[in-house]
Amino acid sequence: MRLRSSAALLGVVLAVSACSGGNEPATTAAGSQERVTLSYAVWDNNQKPVMEELAAEFTKTHPNIAVNVQLTPWTDYWTKLKAAVTGGEIPDVFWMNGPNFQLYASNGVIRPIEEQVDTSVYPKPLVDLYTYEGKLYGLPKDMDTVGVWYNKELFDAAKVKYPADDWTWADFREAAAKLTDPGKGVYAVGAQLTSFQEYQYNTIAQAGGYVISPDGRKSGYADPKTIEGLRFWTDLIDKKQSPDLKTMTDTVPLAMFEAGKLAMYWGGSWNVAEFSANSYTKDKVDVAPLPRGEKQATIIHGVANVMSAKTEHPAEAWEFVKFLGSRQAAEILGKKGPIPAYTGTQSAWVSAHPEFKLQTFLDSVAYAQPYPVSKNTAAWNEAELTYLTKAWAGEQPVEQAAADLAKAMDELLAKE
Amino acid sequence: MTITTTRAGAAHTAPARRAARRGRVAEALWGFAFIAPTGLGLAVFYLWPVLQTAYFSMTEWGVFGGHTWTGAENYARLLADPEVGRALVNTLTYTALGLAGIPLAIVFAALLNRKGLRGVGVYRTLFFLPVVTMPVAVAMVWRWLYNGDYGLINHLLSLVGIDGPNWIADPATALYALVVVGVWSSLGYNMIIFLAGMQAIPAEYYEAAAIDGAGPVRQFFRITVPLLSPTAFFVSVVSVIGSLQLFDLVYVMAGAGGAARANPAYPRMQTVVQLFYDRAFVTNDRGYAAAIAMMLLVLIVALTAAQFRLQRRWVHYA
Repeated sequence: MRLRSSAALLGVVLAVSACSGGNEPATTAAGSQERVTLSYAVWDNNQKPVMEELAAEFTKTHPNIAVNVQLTPWTDYWTKLKAAVTGGEIPDVFWMNGPNFQLYASNGVIRPIEEQVDTSVYPKPLVDLYTYEGKLYGLPKDMDTVGVWYNKELFDAAKVKYPADDWTWADFREAAAKLTDPGKGVYAVGAQLTSFQEYQYNTIAQAGGYVISPDGRKSGYADPKTIEGLRFWTDLIDKKQSPDLKTMTDTVPLAMFEAGKLAMYWGGSWNVAEFSANSYTKDKVDVAPLPRGEKQATIIHGVANVMSAKTEHPAEAWEFVKFLGSRQAAEILGKKGPIPAYTGTQSAWVSAHPEFKLQTFLDSVAYAQPYPVSKNTAAWNEAELTYLTKAWAGEQPVEQAAADLAKAMDELLAKE
Repeated sequence: MTITTTRAGAAHTAPARRAARRGRVAEALWGFAFIAPTGLGLAVFYLWPVLQTAYFSMTEWGVFGGHTWTGAENYARLLADPEVGRALVNTLTYTALGLAGIPLAIVFAALLNRKGLRGVGVYRTLFFLPVVTMPVAVAMVWRWLYNGDYGLINHLLSLVGIDGPNWIADPATALYALVVVGVWSSLGYNMIIFLAGMQAIPAEYYEAAAIDGAGPVRQFFRITVPLLSPTAFFVSVVSVIGSLQLFDLVYVMAGAGGAARANPAYPRMQTVVQLFYDRAFVTNDRGYAAAIAMMLLVLIVALTAAQFRLQRRWVHYA
């Protein structure tokens, strides 16, 4: 009954919004003039002001809907959200990420989008990421891809040419050998184990391997090509062109890169904020695309805005999510925050830091691959660390560790 | 008048007994009323969660609430899980080595208890400082001290030509590195308790011993140590329980947040509570996490009961 009436309401919404012109206030679209306050949960303190700006902008065209932006720091965000769901006090609209999405969608915590939306304005891997059993649940808000940040000073010192846009694994390895300088304690790169998004997932895709089968039932870690993607990193450790795992446990690669001890750092587009603010890196580093293996690939991920399945104001929540996914919202976001997901709105983000070739991150969207997820991503994310640590520490050959991981991951996927 | 005397003289008649009983019942009721706030608090915030945990340990508990009864399945898994065995060994080793802090605290307390020691207030404050410092801050500072390449400890060792290990990333040293921080952090607290214990020992005992010709060392072992044994027993019970619940130190020192599992020494650092955390909050396996918590409860009760039994052998109540 409730469901049907809200569907009917949505029908009205569609009809009215289709009729209303672009500049017409869309208040009628919400279906009622009743004053409504939506709660909107976010986790990034840096983005809170721009989220509030977006909320205010939304209220201009929807005077009866106020939006209350609620910040919960990242470390508590998911714990608090889970508790809120159990207690029935879930925010109307909130940020969602890839690893958690299917958990929330499969448990009926978030509401699928009923309206037909034009998803061609967002990168396809992001639309796929937030699609569960054929239904789209969230509109992509922002996106990030991965590139190779490099220290120009160390490249110059080692007389190595800066990475070209079409460089390959072979070029990367050649540069890595030259850039390593044990005398000065300089390594080519840190084969980091704690950020698969920036490291392993990329090389696995470049080697032609996969992390999880498209149907989300089987691990790809036993695949020889996947193992090739892992060996890319363990080889660098073996050749001492990367610090060993113990050293990287004591001092994270980011800190080493910012101290001039690493010539290259595989990092996300989000590192712009960090590197432009750091007094050492701000005029010494630049960014290049990831080197090409069997294919060219980068992992793309982005946050989406989703609606609670239990919201008392589904029509208003959808109006807000739709607004957040619009070109107008993306342009506001692009000036202040991460890369907006809406195609064609990213120029403000690129021009904000002319000292870096930020266009690199946008160009790589063309060959980007989705972030691998399943219903309980966290369970096998833990297994990835547990098993691959042995290969990274040199206790086990990488084939063995990957085979053990594949077995453990398959067992975890079977339980989902 | 006669009636009153009769009444007064007949204090043991039935109605009087009833009155006395009523008085006792009323008194007991008042007693309960007075402990009710605390009792209710304990029941609601301690006892009820324990019972709930016991129940959840026999279910598969959904991430968003909701659960299905699985009986002893979680406990069967517990027995077969290599991580459980490992976490138990780590936790028990840490607990056993942590007891070394007790004699250390007694020695420091004795040194600080000496009459005429200059700046005794300064020393006591210094030793107590770690107790009032946030454990997370303590762990962060130690993490830096232990850093293999840039840490102060290895820098000092390098001055005498020793190439120190990556203390908290090396499986051979990580657990011991944790023990050192644990002992260091609790030293001040234990020391204060021992100081109080020492100051409760009557000065006449020492005077008598001195007259009999016992020196300070002999006095320490023959008077101070035996008379401190009740204090030592208390400290030992409290510190064993505390050690068995070790979490924050590992959580911060093993690696920031989820990075801990990428620490090659993690298998030697993972404690029972850390494992509980991993299952409950990382992999969304809450029913199993509840079983781990119940196992820890049983372990704590068993070890504490054992300590109470063993105390008859070594604790002297003056």
